Amino acid sequence: MRVLMFGWEFPPHNSGGLGVACRGLTKSLADAGVHVTFVLPRKTEITDSHLNVIFPPRERIHSRYLDVLLSPYLTSTLYENIRRGMNGSYALDMFSEVMRYAAAAEDIALTEHFDVIHAHDWLAFPAGLAAKKATGKPLILHVHLPSVDQGASLGFDDRVFAIERESFEAADAVIAISHRVRELLESKYGVPREKIYVIHNGLLMEHEDYVPTVKIKPNGGAVALYMGRLTLHKGPDIFLRAAEVAIRHNTNMRFVVAGSGEMDRQLLYQAAAVGLGRYVFFAGFVRGSERKALLRAADMLVMPSVAEPFGLIALEAAAEGVPTIISKQSGVRDVLKNSLAADFWDVEMLAQHMLAVAAYKPLHDTLAREGSREAQQSTWDVSAQRCIALYTACVTAS
Amino acid sequence: MFDVGHSHDYFSEGGEQNLNNEWVLRKVTNKCYRPAGELFLELLEKHPQLKLSFSFTGTVLEQLERWEPEVLAIYQKLVKTGRVEVVAETYHHSLAFFYSLPEFERQVEMHAKQIKRLFGVTPTALRNTELAYTNALSEWAAKKKYKAVLLEGWEPILGWRSPTYVYKPPRGNIKLLLKHYKLSDDIAFRFHDSSWEGWPLTADKFAHWVHSYNGNGQVVNIFIDYETFGEHKWVDTGIFEFVRYLPEKILAHPDTDFVTVSEAATRYDAVGVIDVPHVVTWADTDRDLSAWTGNDLQRSAIEDIYAIEERVLNTGDARLIEDWRKLQTSDHFYYMCTKWHNDGDIHAYFNPYESPYNAYIAFRNALADLSLRAQEAPSKKRPDRQVPEKVRQAPKKAKVTPPSKTTAKKPTRPAMKSAQKPRARKP
Repeated sequence: MRVLMFGWEFPPHNSGGLGVACRGLTKSLADAGVHVTFVLPRKTEITDSHLNVIFPPRERIHSRYLDVLLSPYLTSTLYENIRRGMNGSYALDMFSEVMRYAAAAEDIALTEHFDVIHAHDWLAFPAGLAAKKATGKPLILHVHLPSVDQGASLGFDDRVFAIERESFEAADAVIAISHRVRELLESKYGVPREKIYVIHNGLLMEHEDYVPTVKIKPNGGAVALYMGRLTLHKGPDIFLRAAEVAIRHNTNMRFVVAGSGEMDRQLLYQAAAVGLGRYVFFAGFVRGSERKALLRAADMLVMPSVAEPFGLIALEAAAEGVPTIISKQSGVRDVLKNSLAADFWDVEMLAQHMLAVAAYKPLHDTLAREGSREAQQSTWDVSAQRCIALYTACVTAS
Repeated sequence: MFDVGHSHDYFSEGGEQNLNNEWVLRKVTNKCYRPAGELFLELLEKHPQLKLSFSFTGTVLEQLERWEPEVLAIYQKLVKTGRVEVVAETYHHSLAFFYSLPEFERQVEMHAKQIKRLFGVTPTALRNTELAYTNALSEWAAKKKYKAVLLEGWEPILGWRSPTYVYKPPRGNIKLLLKHYKLSDDIAFRFHDSSWEGWPLTADKFAHWVHSYNGNGQVVNIFIDYETFGEHKWVDTGIFEFVRYLPEKILAHPDTDFVTVSEAATRYDAVGVIDVPHVVTWADTDRDLSAWTGNDLQRSAIEDIYAIEERVLNTGDARLIEDWRKLQTSDHFYYMCTKWHNDGDIHAYFNPYESPYNAYIAFRNALADLSLRAQEAPSKKRPDRQVPEKVRQAPKKAKVTPPSKTTAKKPTRPAMKSAQKPRARKP
């Protein structure tokens, strides 16, 4: 099986979950003997050495680079800054970039040898669509973050919506990363249920040789960790509001906010304003061994997302044996049943869960043990097998 | 948790939801207790040979008396026919036998008093909560002069033998009646399962299966959850029609009749000894207590509730003691079971909580408050037992209480189990 895959970012040079997911999926696909040609929009984003590190069987994975300017979390200011720093030969807005990517995709499709096309999220959909038009090969669209869900922080854009909807119509199959996403595809985009396949994200356990120790809590205390971008739809402000309630009942609790984003200053002020200063630590953006150290120091991970198509961090924390408290608006609940849940707006319930995990050791230990067992079953290998089955079905059908 | 130390009202959630006991009781009454009770009354009038045995929890009788007295009256009429036996059990549907024998005895006694008051009879046969049984239970029951104890007719304890005979335990002069779980489950579980080879189950077919034991047995013990009639199996499954025609189909064979459980124990000699050193229940494929005490959450919750027994009783505070007993109801621990959580089977149906973890948190919060009350209450005797450290600490943190949703516990879904229709060949 040969797959032509269109993405937009790839680790380590990315800030979102999509790149991580693409890496995990392609690695497991390659392990299963699938030949993946991964297309990325920008040459500067990727270096060969980086790919070499990620995919040991490197002969099975090839990268193609294109000269377009794309970033999933692009805001107009950011875009302007990037553009000014470059030589001016780029298209003027993001949609032109998407279309440039699509036009290039057509050429690639005509020169590459493959059986099926697989495209990740809306920025790559037109590219996938173009490849299908050029070759007639089956097209599978992989939905990680539907724009209606991202609307919580970026505002709804009907041009994006139109691209998505048109692509879903033309696609042979659509992969949703959770049942939450499947429901959105059905209700907001009118994608027929029989065309949607739920394939959950998996967990790629990273090994760190050295993990430092973090000690921030008093004896008998408990640390609640928020880890993620500091952006509205992830709910870091909700985390602080829940912390504010919890600290009134248990002054031995400590709270850690790890991540960066446009809300960082606002959150600092928020914490200071309600007297949480002493209890909250802002760790900034962490990666690698620091990230692991924070997870290990935590007695619970709180993910109060307003809208979360999946929420890989919860799975990662669970795998590390950290009890998780997650919003009911999170797709990861499909595969992480051994967690505590609350509606994102239910600050009191979130606080209650935090206090309960801190106070009741059997609860903490059972969540840790069962959650870890559950998370370790959610591997990319399982998801890759489901993808392969879908590829086969699509190729057979065409 | 915010209510710990402030609100002691663990058992009265409002609204149309499964944490509101009154709402649940009325719902189940309409679907099951009323129509099923009326049907059995009608059948007893129609068939003078029909006999039934009922096992009511004290909790459900208390709730019926409070919210549905006319429905309680139906059951009083049933017992008044003299052909309906009421079986003894713990008032609070608890697992006290395995944690505190004195408390178990008090609850069985409370139940007997209530049965005497409401029905004018004294139970002579015993069934423990969830049919949880060991040799020790029948030993106790024999000392208390019961005639029979009910238990699961589980192959590992029966060996090659059939549950269709009356047995006795290794020690104690008492009879054992073993549930015929295959025939019982045909009604209780498989009745409307269209993928089951026995489907559709008719009264004729079932009577035929029962009659096939003629010449090869004394009793066929059909023990089932009473809510099978109308609640687990809704009226549109035809369950009531099945019950309506069953007595006449059973009685159609001249060698078959109905007996109550104590009658069966009196009528037949034991054919052998059933030895049960370890606990056997009627639940799940394991037939053990793991649905209630299988994980750490459950064990810590149940151990901690019995750990404060002395302190609670020493207060002499009737309301406090009653709340403590309500927290012993086995269903609380069942809700914390994580077996279903992973496999998603039948347990979920009965669970008013979103997850076993939520059930545990609600229970712990109620227990924390209860411990605090017990600690603060003026003790009649000097309390000399320590409350576990974590239980004592948790409520102290609850100094400031913002307005919040209560997380009180529902004591139990009303549990009325029926030990129904043992049937016997005429001698």
